[in-house]
Amino acid sequence: MTYLSLTAVSKRFKDDVVLDKASLAIDRGETVVVFGPSGCGKTVLLRLIAGINEPDEGRIHIAGNEVTFLEPEQRNIGMAFQNFALYPHMTAFDNIASPLKARGMKGTEIARRVEEVGELLKIGHVLHHLPKALSNGQKQRTSLGRALAANPRLLLLDDPLRNVDAKLRYEMRIELPRVLKAFQTTVIYVTQDYKEAMALGDRVAVLMGGGFKQIDHPSEIYKDPDSLDVARLFGDPTVNVVDGRIADGAVELLGLRFPLPGHLDPGPCRVALRPESIEVTLDETAAGSMPVDVGDEGRHGLAVELDAVTPLNVRAVMLLKTADGKELLATCSEDEATRLPRGHKNVTAHIRAADLLFFDQAGARLRPRPN
Amino acid sequence: MQRQTSLGRVVRVGLLTMVGLFFLFPIFWVFLMSFQTNQEILRIPPSLFFEPTLHNYQVLFSGRLETQTGTLEVRFMQNLMNSVILATSSVALSLVLGIPAAYAFARFKFRLGEDIAFTLLSFRFAPPLLVLLPLAIYFQQLGLINTYTGLIWVYQLITLPLILWIVRGYFEDISEDIEHAYRIDGNGWFKTFWKIAIPLAKPGIAAATLLSFIFAWNNFVFALILASADKQPVTVGALAFVTASGIQYGQIAASIVLSVTPTLALALYAQRYLVEGLSLGAVKG
Repeated sequence: MTYLSLTAVSKRFKDDVVLDKASLAIDRGETVVVFGPSGCGKTVLLRLIAGINEPDEGRIHIAGNEVTFLEPEQRNIGMAFQNFALYPHMTAFDNIASPLKARGMKGTEIARRVEEVGELLKIGHVLHHLPKALSNGQKQRTSLGRALAANPRLLLLDDPLRNVDAKLRYEMRIELPRVLKAFQTTVIYVTQDYKEAMALGDRVAVLMGGGFKQIDHPSEIYKDPDSLDVARLFGDPTVNVVDGRIADGAVELLGLRFPLPGHLDPGPCRVALRPESIEVTLDETAAGSMPVDVGDEGRHGLAVELDAVTPLNVRAVMLLKTADGKELLATCSEDEATRLPRGHKNVTAHIRAADLLFFDQAGARLRPRPN
Repeated sequence: MQRQTSLGRVVRVGLLTMVGLFFLFPIFWVFLMSFQTNQEILRIPPSLFFEPTLHNYQVLFSGRLETQTGTLEVRFMQNLMNSVILATSSVALSLVLGIPAAYAFARFKFRLGEDIAFTLLSFRFAPPLLVLLPLAIYFQQLGLINTYTGLIWVYQLITLPLILWIVRGYFEDISEDIEHAYRIDGNGWFKTFWKIAIPLAKPGIAAATLLSFIFAWNNFVFALILASADKQPVTVGALAFVTASGIQYGQIAASIVLSVTPTLALALYAQRYLVEGLSLGAVKG
């Protein structure tokens, strides 16, 4: 059942159109991650839902009731801000107690509830501190506690892990789903970190250019993006994009021919290639020689020059250059990377044909139709 | 940080002492004068050594000054009370009017907002003497001349722009998200203003209150024209010590010492609120 719905919501600031008829529907108890590049209107979207700003057009409903023009205090929601926005003159305890007080809860009840939330978020020992005496991680947990304390029907989290260090971010990425589950609340989580989006979202809504480009399960968005822009947003290192041409049931790219799994109209296209779909072997192929078509297991060998190997924790990223100067990124495990030579070296790149994603010139997805 | 050499420290202390002496000496001298007779004050060369007397203070408290030409009435205590009434009420009124206005100017964008704020500031541009003559005529007609109400009203020209502009800056420095968070918690805008904005702007409010109090207290020219003896503050009242039998330097010094005391006390009291940094650490910068 749809719990929160945004219907054709638009918001402009002067001439700057931030949201243009954006629509979104979220089920009760679901965690939806709104993901997009910085400045795409994610925070504005949350502010419209929270009632801090009013939309220029469109309607917002929570649990079937229209809230488009209600004041923030009338909406019964919780929100954690990116910059924490704690009340500096109140202790962590009073910060978390604030929504409970506003709802007219009694003193003993408030104390019990704040202690409970403090325990759950592991800040029980610092509840009597003022915000300035808290570490960033504790501030972030306090702000989360304040948003959750009154068990709001809708929880808005505005990139809450943005301002905490990497270690803490990993901890919270694991812990947050547990906390959110404990409250069984409907959550909208805004982030511009695709890993966070994949880790936390029941569904991910990709916000770009004023509207939602794709709303889907995290793995689907990665495997099956609707557009080139969406494909580019997910993955680190980012996806390789090469120009190709469709003709006679096959696609030509980088001088190779890949048979198509289905039918696509002939013509030029763009092909996205995930770095992990390229495997590099140390075959002795002279640079500049004709590409070899190995063709076994759907992989196609391409003579390339290996320009650089960058270890990236467990994975390594390789920069490859084709004979005509096109640069490609590929990844492999770090163990495999140790086999690779230092400095420039001619190697063979094997491209997995099944992983190719096709797009038209404008960047919209082309899906091969079954023959 | 570089470690200071001992020579550097000596030079530093020496320079600070000189600056301190330069600025504090007149106050110190006036303080000494208030315990001297007119003859002692006027002798040449002046001396640091004298027999202290409380006569000047006695005159101020009793309100009677005996001179060769007869007994003069001194209204110093009444003047002091007038100063307290005028400065306190003006500042209080300005706080009541100015803080909500400052908040509005800081938070809401409305038509002519900036123009109104600037107009209020421009009250301080005009030389008071230019405004005073027409104002005196209006006040005469309105029956406001020589009334506390009239003076407090005119004092708003001094205190209101000051409070408005200083406090506005402090409100603007508070992250709006803090207020939004409080609204989302379930509180109305007035409670947010009262419980969040005002406490966080406290250092600014304290600074503005202190400054405007000092300006109101020290004002001379408004009261000189618009008030007669029974409503005059100390600044104007001090003129009474220029008597037919000479200028009473001793009493002037004593009245200065007494009239500086309330501002000094207020400054010391307000100091703890002037400490900034309350909002540090609440918002990740």
